[in-house]
Amino acid sequence: MIDIEIDGKKLKAEQGDMIIEVADAHDIRIPRFCYHKKLSIAANCRMCLVDVENSRKPLPACQTPVADGMVIRTASALARDAQKAVMEFLLINHPLDCPICDQGGECELQDVAMGFGRDVSRFTEGKRVVADKNIGPLIATDMTRCIQCTRCVRFGREIAGIRELGAVGRGEHMKISTFIEQSVDSEVSGNIIDLCPVGALTDKPARFKARAWEMRQTDSVSPHDCIGANLHVHSVRGKVIRVVPQENEAVNEVWLADRDRFSHHGLSGSNRLLAPMLRQDGEWRETDWETGLAAAAEGLRKVVANHGGVELGALASASCTTEEYYLLQKLMRGLGTQNIDHRLRLGDFSQQSHEPLYPELGVDLADLELLESTLLIGADLRKEQPIAALRLRKATRSGRVVSIHDRQVYDNFDLTRDIRIDTGDYLPRLASLASALLDRIRDQDGPLDVRVPDGVDQLLKDYPADDEAASAAEIIATGERKAVIVGLGALEHSSAGHIKRMAGLIARLAGASYGQFSHGGNSAGAWLAGAIPHRGPAGAEVSSNGLDAKTMLTQQQQGLLLLNTEPGKDSAWPEAARQTLEAAEFVVSLTPFADDEAFDYADVILPVGGFTETSGTYVNVNGRWQTFRGAVAPPGQARPAWKVLRVLGNLLELKGFEYVSSEEVLANVQGRLDAEGEKVRPKWQCPEELPTGGRVPDPQNIYAVDHIVRRSAVLQATSDGQDRSAAKRPNLSPFHNIMGLP
Amino acid sequence: MSAETRPLTDMLSADAMARIDAWIAKFPADRKRAAVLSALRIAQAENDNYLSEPLMKAVADYLEIPRIAVFEVATFYTMYHLERPGRHVVSLCTNVSCMLAGSDRLLQVFREQYGIEPGETSADGRITLKEVECMAACGGAPMCEVGQQYHENLTTESLTTLLEGLD
Ligand code: SF4
Ligand code: FES
Ligand code: FES
Repeated sequence: MIDIEIDGKKLKAEQGDMIIEVADAHDIRIPRFCYHKKLSIAANCRMCLVDVENSRKPLPACQTPVADGMVIRTASALARDAQKAVMEFLLINHPLDCPICDQGGECELQDVAMGFGRDVSRFTEGKRVVADKNIGPLIATDMTRCIQCTRCVRFGREIAGIRELGAVGRGEHMKISTFIEQSVDSEVSGNIIDLCPVGALTDKPARFKARAWEMRQTDSVSPHDCIGANLHVHSVRGKVIRVVPQENEAVNEVWLADRDRFSHHGLSGSNRLLAPMLRQDGEWRETDWETGLAAAAEGLRKVVANHGGVELGALASASCTTEEYYLLQKLMRGLGTQNIDHRLRLGDFSQQSHEPLYPELGVDLADLELLESTLLIGADLRKEQPIAALRLRKATRSGRVVSIHDRQVYDNFDLTRDIRIDTGDYLPRLASLASALLDRIRDQDGPLDVRVPDGVDQLLKDYPADDEAASAAEIIATGERKAVIVGLGALEHSSAGHIKRMAGLIARLAGASYGQFSHGGNSAGAWLAGAIPHRGPAGAEVSSNGLDAKTMLTQQQQGLLLLNTEPGKDSAWPEAARQTLEAAEFVVSLTPFADDEAFDYADVILPVGGFTETSGTYVNVNGRWQTFRGAVAPPGQARPAWKVLRVLGNLLELKGFEYVSSEEVLANVQGRLDAEGEKVRPKWQCPEELPTGGRVPDPQNIYAVDHIVRRSAVLQATSDGQDRSAAKRPNLSPFHNIMGLP
Repeated sequence: MSAETRPLTDMLSADAMARIDAWIAKFPADRKRAAVLSALRIAQAENDNYLSEPLMKAVADYLEIPRIAVFEVATFYTMYHLERPGRHVVSLCTNVSCMLAGSDRLLQVFREQYGIEPGETSADGRITLKEVECMAACGGAPMCEVGQQYHENLTTESLTTLLEGLD
């Protein structure tokens, strides 16, 4: 710690900190454009000039490290003069078209110009104009407004890893552009909208829809992956205009994936279901809630009466709220069935009783960036959990990553070993890797220590380590911070249970943490709330296991309740699912959409709200409970799903459905958890043998993972949405030429 | 797609590839990027003195760097041409010293006699004009470079004669 003084305030600072960081930490505002705390230092805008005692000229606060005894003035005459002069330079080529600029009202340039600009321009010469370029459906460009701060360029180079934008040309002719006519295709591209301090890069679909000061901001959480990125939903008069990130260092830092940011357009189309629908004599008829709910309750009751509870089941997407899951399972269990599941993409349930209380990553998201060695098994982070990919990319500045996958995936970080295998070879490869780790332990530690569970020797003897396994083992056993992570590709494997057990073994042998990513935005919540057939809320034991999603969908089922899911698209068994649903006696679907596939096979369809229209809680892959409120009301007669489920419970005369708010439901879940959650403590057990072969379903497109994303036209129009994304590994930006990255 | 994904080895002679490889070998293996200037220069020389879009892509892929990184370099340095130039490239300095010494009048010569602006090529395909920054010949301002030859202390007359003398 050293002592410095800024504007007369005596402050403690860390050696090596830049002046601007210390000032920011103490709420002393220094104007800036190019500086951003998450990006390397460019020091190219010079807006942050400050007056440093004993320095002959003003110094850039973003690039000047503090020194003991330094006396800094951010608003002395010298500093102000410098700042004003820079401001004047920056405005020379700026069009000053604020009245027609979407950034107006939330523009850093506008704000700083208010503080430091002159009232009247002395510049009478012509201004430069930069032709706009269409860089895709998500980001509107107006490059004449660009002040060349290069934040957007640095984002691609440093954070996203795949550089699409660059500074093209020289001197006064320099402009920010893509290569020739290329578009910006990154799955995290929207972040440059937030980074751009001016109106050069703005949210294209939100363009000209509303002014910043008209919008109402509601905190929310993204439902599309298990990260649970924190959002601000901006709405005007009951309509969502856009979504921007809410900063949360422990979750998404300041970033959002494009899927988090642009999915809400899926809810604002004309395809919303506005009233309950009833199929009568083969025709769909609009009806009121009373009739719709009564029909739903009656249908469910009849299935149970005619066929017994085993013929009734419920399927929910992996992105429902914890409250919805809880009420759904309470409803089904109240009706006498344990058939409830959200795991529509999984194919192996044989090991489900060995699972922990809920799917967990085993390492904090924030700590991903500190990992020295990581083993990814069947993970495609960039397309599955884009925010996690950004974290792991940071880890690769010094750490090493080994990936095992049965298909080619293109990460935005360098892999130290990229092990491509056949789909049926996950287990033998993992076993051989475990053998290699065992060999290392034997070689290094002499006698085996406690880390090796019983039966492992026997199991592994048929899978000796080869050279590849030995070299991968060397990587994943080295270092202090190590993680083994199972991704969606492996989880969907027909031997996923054993793959997870082998991954767990590898983690033990390597001294690494073990965990997995999970489907949708709230798999963890589904497990905790009991939306699984073999455990009740908080892991409570059930009288007998119900049917899992695969069995329900691939074998006959007379009655099905669908919550926010279209199994013909969401499940790993699309054809079989459609057949089952078409053959079922009674299907009721709760969906926000009038073009839901349920219109092909359901009997009752009830309109519910999407994630911006309901209150609820998602639990992320670190077990972080994130509660949010609805930002806008659902359209028409649509209602939040938790309310619909509650009323259904009442109509069916089930006990304990007297909730008046989603908070009460949540309190109920959490109460159960306090009471019994600790009981689920699965131990790692050695399998007797490893199954061979296996299959995986076709991977889901990044923009097809749920019913909302699938309906976001802007996301569907991107190259990822069109499946046009790079057919080869993009050339990544290396770190070695980047200085001063935080 | 096929044209744009052609590898560099298909586009350049073996000799050129060998020279590029020699440059790459001068730098650490993970820093092939350092060879970008030389690679572009060698590639341009074999492609009618200009860098086409497929050629820039191929260079980027060969050096395993983002395409935009090659494009940045190619657009920054005036000795790279992104369009097929005329037989002679005339680089006219318009930086401060040359400007003070009258480079504006020289620009006018190109406009009036050949109808071209910086970046354009005369109709007869003889002359391409490039506007460049200081060439470190301020002592002889205003100046231009033709090919690799500097011509200093230019006047509108001497420039006219110079240009007329180009074949
Ligand atoms: S487009 Fe925006 S972020 Fe990019 S350099 Fe210009 S002003 Fe900066
Ligand atoms: S913020 Fe310091 S130079 Fe731009
Ligand atoms: S300004 Fe023209 S050579 Fe220096």
